[in-house]
Amino acid sequence: MLGYLARRLVLLAPVLLGITVGVFLLLHLIPGDPAVVLLGQDANPADIARLRRILGLDEPLIVQLGRYLGRVARGDLGDSIFQSQPVTTIVFGALPATVELALASLLVAVLLGVPLGVLAAVRQYSPYDYGTMLVAQVGVSMPVFWLGILAILLFSVQLGWLPTFGRGEGVPAAVEAGLTGEGWGALRDALRFLALPALTLGFSAAALISRMVRASVLEVLGQDFVRTARAKGLRERTVIVRHALRSAMIPVVTIVGLQFGYLLGGAIITETVFAWPGVGRLMITAIGQRDFPLVQGAVLILALLFSLVNLGVDLLYAWLNPQISYE
Amino acid sequence: MRGSLRRLWRSKSAVIGGSIVLAVVLGAVLAPVLTPDDPEAMEMTKRLEGPSWRHPMGTDQFGRDLFTRVVYGARISLSVALVAVALSVVLGVGLGLLSGYYGGTIDLLVQRLVDIFLAFPVLLLAIALVAALGSSPRNVVLALGLVGWTNYARVVRVDVLALKGREFVYAARVVGVPDHRIILRHILPNVLSPILVLATLGVGYAIVAEAGLSFLGLGVQPPAPSWGWTVAFGTRFLRDAPHLSTFPGLAIMVTVVGFNLLGDGLRDLFDPRSRQR
Repeated sequence: MLGYLARRLVLLAPVLLGITVGVFLLLHLIPGDPAVVLLGQDANPADIARLRRILGLDEPLIVQLGRYLGRVARGDLGDSIFQSQPVTTIVFGALPATVELALASLLVAVLLGVPLGVLAAVRQYSPYDYGTMLVAQVGVSMPVFWLGILAILLFSVQLGWLPTFGRGEGVPAAVEAGLTGEGWGALRDALRFLALPALTLGFSAAALISRMVRASVLEVLGQDFVRTARAKGLRERTVIVRHALRSAMIPVVTIVGLQFGYLLGGAIITETVFAWPGVGRLMITAIGQRDFPLVQGAVLILALLFSLVNLGVDLLYAWLNPQISYE
Repeated sequence: MRGSLRRLWRSKSAVIGGSIVLAVVLGAVLAPVLTPDDPEAMEMTKRLEGPSWRHPMGTDQFGRDLFTRVVYGARISLSVALVAVALSVVLGVGLGLLSGYYGGTIDLLVQRLVDIFLAFPVLLLAIALVAALGSSPRNVVLALGLVGWTNYARVVRVDVLALKGREFVYAARVVGVPDHRIILRHILPNVLSPILVLATLGVGYAIVAEAGLSFLGLGVQPPAPSWGWTVAFGTRFLRDAPHLSTFPGLAIMVTVVGFNLLGDGLRDLFDPRSRQR
């Protein structure tokens, strides 16, 4: 297992390098002179020259790349053009909100998607199966921003149960307040803010998860060891829970893990719908302001996070699955 | 071929999905016949009217008929998604064929490129590309095409690796058929069916992604009647005119359901193992 881990880490290195080079090249995809595009056609030449210096555009591409890689390796992603703060400070400031939303959505997705998928498989071709798969089909086909808007219409505008926009203090701060004896009201508020975005994003992911879990369980139910278990005269419940589900859940780990990337992408849109102050919304605002260092930093940090999560999922999968050899 | 069509006809999801797709395509093509209105002509006296006989989906904030805008919006969504998927397929199938057939350094390079692209959440990469290139239909197509090719490349590569060892490829090589002919004439036709399935599902995804980009203000720009942008702008009138966001969103969902069902149906047809599930 340690050898496998080492090999995966070695394979990760060129990918991380590739991500960084890709993010560096983004700036150079801007048609024309990026400094002019970022500042606008009628900016004065002195400002344009200054921005070119800040962005390092006055040097050959390969030198720029070398400097960029060096800076990234030291954890320096430059300064935001509009907020005159280091990009890392701004992005890491917004990251907890994004992670909170992604984790809460993942929780919703797993709690909804896994049991629904298992039940649909166990009762294949029943009205329950058809019903669940119909809802799942609609769920995967629904743009997450539209689902969010429908949720706002129902739960905020019509029923007035939940707040429409914002995050409040956030769950971690609210938990801390609760633990230090300031009461749990803040946590209740934080969860009320979290509910709509997490349900929206989680529902889309749950739809995908339930479809894949159903397929995975059906595949296992057709295998010999399940037939043997049934032939031994075990109760159907025991066959399903003790035998089939155990091995069906191994691919489900990968499925759920891969959803995290989907959730990070979906979070960009969900954050915009609910004005959730995370990295996604930060990035969209930065794109609007043409604050390119901030856009690059947000993309780089989200992609690095995604790669690390994927690595973790692969390792977990290898650890759970006795059929994988680490060699 | 005829047997395949008959089986496809018997697949419920393929028939329902295919009918939805056909209806949307016909709606987009026949838009001027379906509605007498101009999707961009404003009539401020009629702004934000609810659904009625004259305006089945109501009117928008500029008094434009929403049904007309949704029907014309199908043209944007379909053309952007279809061209983007075509670009992904050409890129992915091309690189997958080369990578699987030649192996060695080419394979190594293509696989590392796949790894790097897969290291970005798809939507994040598309947003970043459009942010750099600027928002226009052409750049949205480019961005979606560039982020979507990896699946095709991976599937084709695995199929080519299996086909490469088969007798008919070996025979072709022995009689001196050049590589490019072997790849195009003998291997390519054998890897196309899973690509058709992936591409059909890919169109659905591209429609959602295009709508997402437009929703964020990064896609097709107004006054063009893009579905995503119309939903986004409608959120400003959520209290008084919820129809503005609801109908275009419904159009996106129905269209994507159509492509997904058709893709599922095609998969059952080509992969008998999945049919039993």
